[in-house]
Amino acid sequence: MMELVCPAGSFPALKAAVDNGADAIYLGFKNETNARNFSGLNFRDTKLEQSLKYAREHQVKIFIAINTYPQPQRWSLWRDSIDMAHDLDVDAVIVADIGLMDYATEHFPELSLHLSVQASATNHEALHFYKQHFNIRRAVVPRVLSLSQVQNLVRHSPVDLEVFAFGSLCIMSEGRCHLSSYVTGESPNMSGVCSPAGAVSWQQQGEQLETRLNHVLIDRFAKGENAGYPTLCKGRFEVNGRISHALEEPTSLNTMGLIPQLAASGIKALKIEGRQRSPAYVAQVVHVWRQALDAYYRDPDAYQVAAVWQRTLQSVSEGSQTTLGAYSRPWQ
Amino acid sequence: MKIALGPVLYYWPRQVLLDYYQQLAGSALDIVYLGETVCSKRREMRLHDWLDIADFLTAQGKQVVLSGMTLLEADFELKALRKICDNGDYLVEANDMSAIQILGERKLPFVAGPFINIYSAPALKFLVEQQLKRWVMPVELSRVALQGILNGARNMGIQDRFETEVFAYGRLPLAYSARCFTARAYGLAKDNCGLICLDHPEGMSLQSQDSQEIFTLNGIQTQSSAIYDLRAEIADMRDDGVNVVRLSPVMHGMAEVIQAYDDARARRVTESSIGNGWCNGYWHHGSGMDIREDKNSD
Repeated sequence: MMELVCPAGSFPALKAAVDNGADAIYLGFKNETNARNFSGLNFRDTKLEQSLKYAREHQVKIFIAINTYPQPQRWSLWRDSIDMAHDLDVDAVIVADIGLMDYATEHFPELSLHLSVQASATNHEALHFYKQHFNIRRAVVPRVLSLSQVQNLVRHSPVDLEVFAFGSLCIMSEGRCHLSSYVTGESPNMSGVCSPAGAVSWQQQGEQLETRLNHVLIDRFAKGENAGYPTLCKGRFEVNGRISHALEEPTSLNTMGLIPQLAASGIKALKIEGRQRSPAYVAQVVHVWRQALDAYYRDPDAYQVAAVWQRTLQSVSEGSQTTLGAYSRPWQ
Repeated sequence: MKIALGPVLYYWPRQVLLDYYQQLAGSALDIVYLGETVCSKRREMRLHDWLDIADFLTAQGKQVVLSGMTLLEADFELKALRKICDNGDYLVEANDMSAIQILGERKLPFVAGPFINIYSAPALKFLVEQQLKRWVMPVELSRVALQGILNGARNMGIQDRFETEVFAYGRLPLAYSARCFTARAYGLAKDNCGLICLDHPEGMSLQSQDSQEIFTLNGIQTQSSAIYDLRAEIADMRDDGVNVVRLSPVMHGMAEVIQAYDDARARRVTESSIGNGWCNGYWHHGSGMDIREDKNSD
């Protein structure tokens, strides 16, 4: 059975995920060591203990994401996070940095390492590198591969693979995107943020609402248009004299229709994106994904995406649109 | 301080490339990186064409490094990468961990390109142990970060085992995607792109709706719009222990840029850059697109 790996940015979100059928929860510490370092999010101290206790009581696994790249002067913050994850006896840590993996392998050989999507391992040779040197147990596949490429990767991979199933869609190869730091000085790799909230401004200009990121105009919305959060890859820009979503429309990834193909290919886990999302969002999304997976495993041949699941997912998606993303070759 | 010419990031016709390297053979360049690093559909040049240029440049006294692809998804791309790694003569720049794996199996040394994520000394140390001979700092890192990494390397006693290269001139490579943005701008599918990148020898400009130039679209790669230019920082780089500055090819005026950097390393320079549309923010620990002219603002 493919494992359903669900996000939590707070104890209520974790509880929502556990209560709605998550097999595993991934979360981060309250600092720059994880790729969703947003204010008001993430875990420390008593909330962390409470969360681990709750998950364990319900036989749900805990993965800790320590998946940014250590800042040179502050290596000890990342190292200490690995120590802490080890001491907490979590089921796995999700890592991207080879220095950190080297440290973990040397000091805690029994600590299970999952290769983060931020490491951008898109082929089996790269996976072999991480397996050989750090004995990673699982890798999260970047959101740049088509379904046939994913299937091929499973055949040649030395480790179990986890794919993104639902949530915000990075269209750039994760861990290899500096768009945010180019405009704001802060990036996913360095600070665990993309298009940080502190750089965002919303300004009403006559009939139009303008969104800016560090003063750079990302989009203009007419009255009544749904104004999305200004990330650089989802703005409307001018190329060749034409204004459009030059990189990507505001849309979310949804692979619910691919469950049979992913299961048949040997994918071991499905990841729901969204540690920055509300407990209500997590509850809804995990609930329908649990239903879908249970329905599939009850009777694989009869599996169909129920209209009600699709409606639920659409209603919580960015721009109320979903896509198969790179899994569908024509999208590329 | 050595001057390197990075791999050409755009798609240029074969003859244009041959002429380009011919013209730069007599320049002050010490190192030349050759090869396609962005898109495997760009096949104007085959490996033997690159090797011919490599032999020619070597005869002119340049060190040649063969650069591998950055985003490898298909088996044929890995096959092409293995061929590069098996070239027998030239050092290889790994731009993906797959290249480091393949070279490691062959016990061959390598250069780690700017998209091998080395953000701290422990990561650098691990790769030095795998025969890394030179690393190109990720472009988003600052001078302060570099100093931190190199201090860490000194503390670990590995400082003499590798060279440090800094991306110093050109449009910054910022991101890679599954999607081809040049094809998308023309309403074309990636699989039927018609090799439209050939029409854009320095990429396509992406502007905000109020006409601010932000990015340059180059196939699946997104670059900065502004030209990153650190010629005024060469003395500081030397003090910090940087061994090589990388100049990223532009089609026109490259000889003048190389000359300017040659002057700069001989301390014969006054201006920070030429013309408009440049930036240096990353080096000064700011947004990449910033221009910091005050040397004391770090």
